[in-house]
Amino acid sequence: MTNIYLDHAATTPVHPQVIEAMVPVYQEVFGNPSSVHQFGRKARRILDEARRTMADSIHCNEKEVIFTGSGTEADNMAIIGAARANREKGNHIITTAIEHHAVLHAAEQLKKEGFIVTYLEPDVNGRITAEDVADALTEETIVVSVMMVNNETGVIQPIPEIGEIVSSHQAYFHTDAVQAFGTMPIDVNELQVDLLAVSAHKINGPKGVGFLYAKEGTILETLHHGGEQERKRRPGTENLPGVKGFEAAVQMVMQEKEDRQDAYRLYKNIFLDILRKEEIEFSINGDPEKSVDTIINISFTGTNVEALLTNFDLAGVAASSGSACTAGSVEPSHVLSAMYGSEDERVYNSIRFSFGLANNEANVKEAAENVCKIVNRLKR
Amino acid sequence: MKDPKDIRVVVGMSGGVDSSVAALLLKEQGYDVVGIFMKNWDDTDEFGVCTATEDYEDVIRVCNQLDIPYYAVNFEKQYWEKVFTYFLDEYKSGRTPNPDVMCNKEIKFKAFLDHAISLGADYLATGHYAQVRETDGKFEMLRGIDNNKDQTYFLNQLSQDVLSQVMFPLGHLEKKEVREIAMEHGLATASKKDSTGICFIGERNFKDFLSEYLPAQPGEMQTLDGEVKGKHDGLMYYTLGQRQGLGIGGAGDPWFVVGKNLEDNVLYVGQGYHHDALYSDGLTASQVNWISMDPPTEPLKCTAKFRYRQNDSGVMVHPSEDGRLKVVFDNPQRAITPGQAVVFYDGEVCLGGATIDEVIKNNQFVSFVG
Repeated sequence: MTNIYLDHAATTPVHPQVIEAMVPVYQEVFGNPSSVHQFGRKARRILDEARRTMADSIHCNEKEVIFTGSGTEADNMAIIGAARANREKGNHIITTAIEHHAVLHAAEQLKKEGFIVTYLEPDVNGRITAEDVADALTEETIVVSVMMVNNETGVIQPIPEIGEIVSSHQAYFHTDAVQAFGTMPIDVNELQVDLLAVSAHKINGPKGVGFLYAKEGTILETLHHGGEQERKRRPGTENLPGVKGFEAAVQMVMQEKEDRQDAYRLYKNIFLDILRKEEIEFSINGDPEKSVDTIINISFTGTNVEALLTNFDLAGVAASSGSACTAGSVEPSHVLSAMYGSEDERVYNSIRFSFGLANNEANVKEAAENVCKIVNRLKR
Repeated sequence: MKDPKDIRVVVGMSGGVDSSVAALLLKEQGYDVVGIFMKNWDDTDEFGVCTATEDYEDVIRVCNQLDIPYYAVNFEKQYWEKVFTYFLDEYKSGRTPNPDVMCNKEIKFKAFLDHAISLGADYLATGHYAQVRETDGKFEMLRGIDNNKDQTYFLNQLSQDVLSQVMFPLGHLEKKEVREIAMEHGLATASKKDSTGICFIGERNFKDFLSEYLPAQPGEMQTLDGEVKGKHDGLMYYTLGQRQGLGIGGAGDPWFVVGKNLEDNVLYVGQGYHHDALYSDGLTASQVNWISMDPPTEPLKCTAKFRYRQNDSGVMVHPSEDGRLKVVFDNPQRAITPGQAVVFYDGEVCLGGATIDEVIKNNQFVSFVG
């Protein structure tokens, strides 16, 4: 049995070149970037170079890049930090019902602190519209947070249109770009975002590092308290090997973006073609015309998600339902529930497959064939 | 004979020491072992803490030690519909339900077994103290060797079809040995305390729990002669033969619950553990299951248990045409409780069981329950 990884939206294998970039940092550059001696300076240089790479990748100034410990931390810093720091301007937050928990639970925290949160509902295709955002804006709104690409369905949200609307409003506009980064060009000026979160481990970088773009002039309250790293916005000695690995991953994805996307589109088509050929009864969740090629979320009529996932894993196919788990058992997806209503069958029989560097035509084909076998067996 | 490595055994793992050792033994025997945790109840508190999460953490630790895959499955909906609804309904009708028997019948050895089969399992194994013996294609269920832990009482509703697909790897072991095996192998659950009580209530106060779901109707506590002895908090909170929580002091022997009058909402109490009203000569039962024998057509002499961990008593089982049973005791029995199971044995073999409906005394049905 070969094990086939189709869960790149959860995390990705670290690229060998990333490891290659990190090892010398571990071996040779142990200095603290804040130190005033040559050991510190050597480390600081690596940090600054990486910051420039991050900035270039989204067309911002390097001073606008804050390294964090994760994408979740970047989202938290953006939403909670901006809300708390701008409380005198209003107490209203707008986000969507389909955000990652890094955003949803941050919004929940703000609710506990007395903020009012509006959750925009997606349409049946998993899309939020700019009009929804326009309608929800009030004089009290201080933060709008809409993800760029949904992590469960792969649906691309209309960030430039929303950015256009929010740009003439006092509210800060944050986007969680964790799933989007690497799949499409990102220019923070075109998007008109004030805050944008990215994570390294979704793009074949190491775990434990991410960054937040915060447009110059954006006022954020810090979540942690300590030293003066990251221009006082994120204290704690920098994870230098992680940052270096992140840089290598960003460089690679920038270079190979088109080739990779072509490959993933091919894999997606191979996968779906086999399901069709085997006459599997399925439907795709989310508008396929407005989705990234790395993710497909498929509803298998007449099955259930727990039996599917367990069987897939026992057959060597690693996929997921895309949503968080409680006590290991699969909770109904909040994204699909928001799209269809919580009683809809698709909420309980859908699987997310996500493609990446661990895939090739042969293993995607093999995985699809295994999936067909299992779905047919379960439906018998 | 198939090689054990080609036989997939799904082990129902609760995060306790018994199912951990069951998985360990099967793994040592070379089977293709898959550990699955069942989540039947959500008791997440205001701090987000849930017993199931803690237990699943233990399942993960043990499965990693054994190097077997682990998964979870959620049966909260089925459990609510099949077990908890029954549980409440029984209390509503003044009876004392046995949710463990129902859980085994409807969830563990039905929904969960189906799930295991859907994963390509050849067998489902659990950490129950019971044994399966196959003779000429017939599957008998035997008591666990450990007399004190034998769990056949709770398994009395299992069918031939189910028994042909289950394994009880602990049936031939004493609990003490199971702990020792867990210790020897350094299993993460080796010294974990055994769970007590009904799984969904856990360590909580039973009364508080039940009052969240059923309205309590307080009423009078009387002797059988009609003397008022105090107030009761609601009949459902009391079980026949119960001594605790009556709050009747005074001279003489302690007071016990000896009966319930559902119609008038009266709880009958009497003095002394051996109060005459607690004793009966027989019972009637329904929902009868015979595990490995044809339903008897003639009176059957065997032994029986009327509650878990009780010694067997001699009985004569009289089948009736409507499928129900009349069970006559060799000696009077104390505190026979409608809603509980009566389970029959022939030596070490568990013959089957049924649910107690009525209690018989001096050839009369004693309507303890209204």
